[in-house]
Amino acid sequence: MFIVKYKKIFLSISVILVLSSLVSLFVFGFQIGIDFKGGALTEVVYQNNRPLQSDLDNAFKTLDLGSVLIQPTGELGYIVKSIDLNEAQHSLLLKTLSEDGKSPLEEKDFNSIGPSVGRELTRKAIIAIILVSIAIILFIAFAFRKVSKPVSSWKYGLMAIVSLLHDVIIPIGLFTYLSHFYGAEVDTLFVVAILTILGLSVSDTIVIFDRIRENLKDKIETNFSDTVGRSLDQSYMRSVFTSVTVIIVLLSLFFFGPESTKYFALMLTAGMFFGTYSSIFLASPLLVLIEELQSKNK
Amino acid sequence: MWKRILYILIILILGFGLAFFVFKSEPKLNSNFENEASFLKNFPFRLGLDLSGGSHLIYKADISAVKTGEVSVSMDSLRDVIERRVNLFGVSEPVVQVQNSGFVSGEDEKLIVDLPGVTDVEKATAMIGQTPLLEFKIEAPKDTPQNAIVDKDGKVTLDTSPQFVSTELTGRYLEKATLQFDETTREPQVSLQFDDTGTKLFAQITKDNVGKMVAIYLDGAPISVPVVREEIPNGQAVISGSFTPTEGKQLVGRLNSGALPVPISLLSRQTIGASLGGNAVTAGVKATIVGFLLIALFLIFWYRLPGLIAVFALSIYVTIMLSLFKLLPVTLTAAGIAGFIISIGIAVDANILIFERLKEELRSGRTIADAVSAGFSRAWSSIRDSNISTIISATILFWFGTSLIKGFALTLGMGVLVSMFSAVMISRIFLSGFIFIGEGKVARFLFGSGISK
Repeated sequence: MFIVKYKKIFLSISVILVLSSLVSLFVFGFQIGIDFKGGALTEVVYQNNRPLQSDLDNAFKTLDLGSVLIQPTGELGYIVKSIDLNEAQHSLLLKTLSEDGKSPLEEKDFNSIGPSVGRELTRKAIIAIILVSIAIILFIAFAFRKVSKPVSSWKYGLMAIVSLLHDVIIPIGLFTYLSHFYGAEVDTLFVVAILTILGLSVSDTIVIFDRIRENLKDKIETNFSDTVGRSLDQSYMRSVFTSVTVIIVLLSLFFFGPESTKYFALMLTAGMFFGTYSSIFLASPLLVLIEELQSKNK
Repeated sequence: MWKRILYILIILILGFGLAFFVFKSEPKLNSNFENEASFLKNFPFRLGLDLSGGSHLIYKADISAVKTGEVSVSMDSLRDVIERRVNLFGVSEPVVQVQNSGFVSGEDEKLIVDLPGVTDVEKATAMIGQTPLLEFKIEAPKDTPQNAIVDKDGKVTLDTSPQFVSTELTGRYLEKATLQFDETTREPQVSLQFDDTGTKLFAQITKDNVGKMVAIYLDGAPISVPVVREEIPNGQAVISGSFTPTEGKQLVGRLNSGALPVPISLLSRQTIGASLGGNAVTAGVKATIVGFLLIALFLIFWYRLPGLIAVFALSIYVTIMLSLFKLLPVTLTAAGIAGFIISIGIAVDANILIFERLKEELRSGRTIADAVSAGFSRAWSSIRDSNISTIISATILFWFGTSLIKGFALTLGMGVLVSMFSAVMISRIFLSGFIFIGEGKVARFLFGSGISK
């Protein structure tokens, strides 16, 4: 099968994508949202017309609210980012935005998150990512415990993790790009997206590995590389289609869904796409590569 | 064969029954909602704060003064007090929960308050934080200078009426407050019943001060200054101030809810405007419908008869999920809807795995009946294993959860579990019901897939 035959080309594509994502991560970095670092976000919509941004900027300079960042949103609205506010500061902020009542406004959204809540969320996110990864490695090692020749089952687990990292790093790279150019911020949903990609990526890889497992049991080919090739032949269609359906719903979530889950849907779409790519073009060819290295060393 | 038809009928009845339930119990869909039985009215969709609008408050409890062993008891009583105060504003379905300190949640004891529909955070936090302070004071000797009093919360109040001095009797010894109306003037009154200690104190005070004034102070201001006519041994007192029935009711509620057992401070506030939430609901519903239709088209065009059956099975899956959302109930958030949408995708996954397998079995020369049963049994291991990994992530996410993440993990995890059994089983029963169409060319075409043949 051509995927196994040209595995080095496909592996290189993956390596390039991962490397460029990492470069983007280090060059652009993230904008961390208030969910994690604490702070306040206020969204207001003016009833008639909104005051000039420069006027508001000047008004805030005289106040003791730290640095206040004002961004226009929609036709008549502003999003205001600041340090976390207590009640007095919050009403002062609203009073200033309404120019002491001259420009009537409606507050659509207000979030004020203390720094300790942000720290707690950061810790939870890290623990969750580690736990999900460990649980998945254990699960794969368990699910593939019966196939240990010629490649031992923990190596299937390892390959699934390699493709999992690939599937997570590329969407993160995409996100740093969005973060840099469109102001997307790392929030709770970002972490949810990463964790969901972890789950979906593995489930996709398992569909292919499951076929390899079955074919190894039935001994349909004499050597490992042909078995993997045949398995890919038999299962790539369904792998692509299953992903296509998930991607269809994710895209409808992106185009028609709520504003708050837009970037989330986009990240998951990328995760799903590269998840499918990696289970066909990365995980299985890597298994063959490992087996070849093993037999060379013997 | 009859058994199969029976199964199909049972599923159809169940599916339509659930769809009917979802339709009838939703005010937006059922124009006759007001006249429905109360059973149906009790199960609307429960929308999270981000969809319904409202406030989400996180308080930190200062437990430094509490003994180590009593932390959880005092946190529970804190929750009860706050819950009673919150109930006073007549919010529908407020949520007040304690988040204990721990390795994952951090070292603070926290209290989380969700107030659906309340967007005036200032007012809400003011009411939650308010501690009613009830004091009983007696006339001071004539030559007493003006002084300041320190109450039990450490608050210093300048006593503006130096003719009264504090007694030991405070709202702490209150057992119950009730609202009643004066029999002659119909003015609202608040009747107080003290506990044993309070009754003794009150008896002593009234005994010592017959013919003098006893002032009842609320939050540092006198609200009622009656003259004692005789000793009151039964521990009952009446406050008749100039308040409206509503104020009287609020006062009773506040007195009954008592003082906070531990001081609290606000850590974070989130308010979501109702219009923003409404837009998110519309968008979420639209995304679900569009996603579902696209998948249905794809399945029918590509997989023909099995695809059509899968669409049918999926519709039943969706009604099962919607009914579960109503019955359990599950609080739906934007992230929760996203989880549900993804679970639809995963439910389709299972069917595709089966159909691709079915196609292979057909190609290898089996009869349609054999291919259907082999397709299901051989695809099962990959469906099971691939879904387990999603369930693992969902479980950990749920446990990790802030409310936003919990909503997502719950709908996704539930969706995968339900789809593993419902979507797969229903497709199978229906498909087995169709094998009577035989082995003809048409049958082979209907069970085939792709663009050709």
